[in-house]
Amino acid sequence: MYQILKKEMLTPTICRMEVKAPRLAAAAQPGQFLIVRADEQGERIPLTISDFDAEAGTVTIVTQEVGASSADIIALEPGEGFSDVVGPLGLPSEFMEMGPEQLSSMRYIFIAGGVGTAPVYPQAKWLHAHGIPVDVIIGAKTKDLLIYKEEMAAVCDNLFLCTDDGSEGFHGMVTALLEKLVATDGRQYTQAVAIGPMIMMKFTTLTAKKLGLPITVSLNTLMVDGTGMCGACRVSVGGKTRFACVEGPEFDGYQVDFDEAMRRQGQYKAEEAEANEKHKCKIGRGK
Amino acid sequence: MANRIPRVPVREQDPKVRATNFEEVCYGYNKEEAMLEASRCLNCRNPRCVTACPVGLQIPRFIAEVAAGNIAGAAAVIAEDSSLPAVCGRVCPQETQCEGSCVLGVKGEPVAIGKLERFVADYSREPAGSSPLETSGCAGPLPSDDGSLPLTMPRVARFPEGTASQASRKKVAVIGSGPAGLACASDLAKWGYDVTIFEALHKAGGVLEYGIPEFRLPKEKVLRHEVDAVRALGVKIETNVIIGRTITIDALMDQEGFEAVFIGTGAGLPKFMNIPGENLCGVFSANEFLTRNNLMKAWREDYLTPIHPGKKVCVVGGGNVAMDAARTALRLGADVHIVYRRTEAELPARREEVHHAIEEGIIFDMLTNPVEVFGDEKGWVKALRCIRMELGEPDASGRRRPVPIPGSEFEIPTETVIMALGTSPNPLISKTTKGLDTNRWGCLVADEAGATTRPGVFAGGDAVTGAATVILAMGAGRTAAKAIDEYLKAK
Repeated sequence: MYQILKKEMLTPTICRMEVKAPRLAAAAQPGQFLIVRADEQGERIPLTISDFDAEAGTVTIVTQEVGASSADIIALEPGEGFSDVVGPLGLPSEFMEMGPEQLSSMRYIFIAGGVGTAPVYPQAKWLHAHGIPVDVIIGAKTKDLLIYKEEMAAVCDNLFLCTDDGSEGFHGMVTALLEKLVATDGRQYTQAVAIGPMIMMKFTTLTAKKLGLPITVSLNTLMVDGTGMCGACRVSVGGKTRFACVEGPEFDGYQVDFDEAMRRQGQYKAEEAEANEKHKCKIGRGK
Repeated sequence: MANRIPRVPVREQDPKVRATNFEEVCYGYNKEEAMLEASRCLNCRNPRCVTACPVGLQIPRFIAEVAAGNIAGAAAVIAEDSSLPAVCGRVCPQETQCEGSCVLGVKGEPVAIGKLERFVADYSREPAGSSPLETSGCAGPLPSDDGSLPLTMPRVARFPEGTASQASRKKVAVIGSGPAGLACASDLAKWGYDVTIFEALHKAGGVLEYGIPEFRLPKEKVLRHEVDAVRALGVKIETNVIIGRTITIDALMDQEGFEAVFIGTGAGLPKFMNIPGENLCGVFSANEFLTRNNLMKAWREDYLTPIHPGKKVCVVGGGNVAMDAARTALRLGADVHIVYRRTEAELPARREEVHHAIEEGIIFDMLTNPVEVFGDEKGWVKALRCIRMELGEPDASGRRRPVPIPGSEFEIPTETVIMALGTSPNPLISKTTKGLDTNRWGCLVADEAGATTRPGVFAGGDAVTGAATVILAMGAGRTAAKAIDEYLKAK
């Protein structure tokens, strides 16, 4: 069992947990993800790594309740644990492979959407610690869903917030804010990185393209094993089929076929809806 | 005499019934049947069956024990060479190995060696009668040497001449808990090494767990038991460790004190056809489909794993994996076609599997090759466009090459397409380990003894040969175990 040491609800549906997984914590790098299984009957759920501490042997994960499996994860309490936690999976962020010279020429803008804010944190943290300029946009539907505000402010040069309803920060979507920062305010970036819902990454990529800004996206595709075995995660990148679990999760946004990726992500929607119904019945019976 | 007795038929679940459940197809022999079948063995002076067995099982010796009714004795003979008899008895291609070499097979039917091996393993595990149709009155538990009941396969601590003494507790890492890894780890543990198996998934067993379906190899009853028997030899199994990601081979050797490493990571990467429409919703690799159903138990109501077979399924390919995927989809309620570009004679799957698939109602579309997958407006599969083939001249594999017949394209309406075209080794380890060479197919380069291009690192099974069989992987695991023993003694 992989014990949960801390648990905190960041919003009524988004939960942050610190989990004991020493081997994983020692190997994790920014940009990578992991897979958890709540219990024997549970699915293997890929989650981003939002922090790691090799010395303490812990990793931090952030989960949003979207269905039966994520509800099972959020129901776990400190002292309890996951039956399985495995990783780190995927390749580390692109900048981890850059030489000092290339790295020193970079100016990053991260665009974080909803629960996708969590995996931006370790990336911004690493760049900030290495003296690379980093700005971050965090966007959400409304102010109650903005997460990681204080944490992120501590690891970036400028933090920009936006909400769809204007309840906090810029009134509008991340795409409008990005366009304002670059086109109106004249801020200079060499690289954008977008992490969030697939639809948000699609439109952020379109905006970045319009602004002539290279953009990296981190794809949260369906996965089973996470090691290249099943191919559930395949995406078309530049017309070629790639496995997001081993060749990603980061890809050049310009090259990704987002429409196909969104369709593939929704492949089990009918089955999931059924599972959620059953799950609610189960919970009802228990109480 | 004995060889005039016809081969004893084995009882199987009715095809119409089993097409709707995941219970095992074959019931296996009971003790009476097994003893009768065992009496057919001629006990040849130069047993060709032993030579044909990749792990060198002492076949006539164990069969003689069965014929004498000493099942515990038979189990002890098997345990000398195999830690997975209940698995091998079920999934080995005996027809091309032990049984294919049986002298009785020249004029009649060979001894049912596989079914006898399975009987011994099952009976040792559940002495009171493992079969639901068990009728034999003599199927009581037999006391073993010390008078206790033989609840598990006997543990054999065998130290072949010249091998390490049990005192040498040198650490060996085995990567992958499939057949190659389990066989290698078992031998090394018997010889006294401190062995840890690292498994990437959450359950041990490799392809036996994620690939082979429940109806051919029951997981809890059979596989769990054999993996536990390997653990009982002292082998540690650490799940959820992906070598190349969680930790590297270099770190295992430099920081954790492992003096030798065996790589038995199999061939896990699925192949696709690279035809248009392959990324539509409803196109799956056989690996994904089978993993969801086997490892993740999508067929069981109490598991959350979703699976989507639809009402009509086309499985592309003709190997054992294609049969497994097709028969799984059938059991999940679909009408299933197997689409294969050659003819029945060239099907690489075992005869028994093809026979079972036909019995269960799988339709075979032979000399048919997909050229495109068509989707509906929502991006879901609606048809598989194929072209008719004919056989031309033999190709490099010796089989006649299938050639498309121009203008013969047609469509098979279907909701799901499962690609079962074979697999290749996963590059995770070769890419993250210094000094480990691979060939142009991505297979690890290793000599006959299993030594790779890096000292102290050995490999065997599908990771070296590309996709093959359980028993060949076990044989390679055992060969490498010997080489590791020699390497560590010389070190």
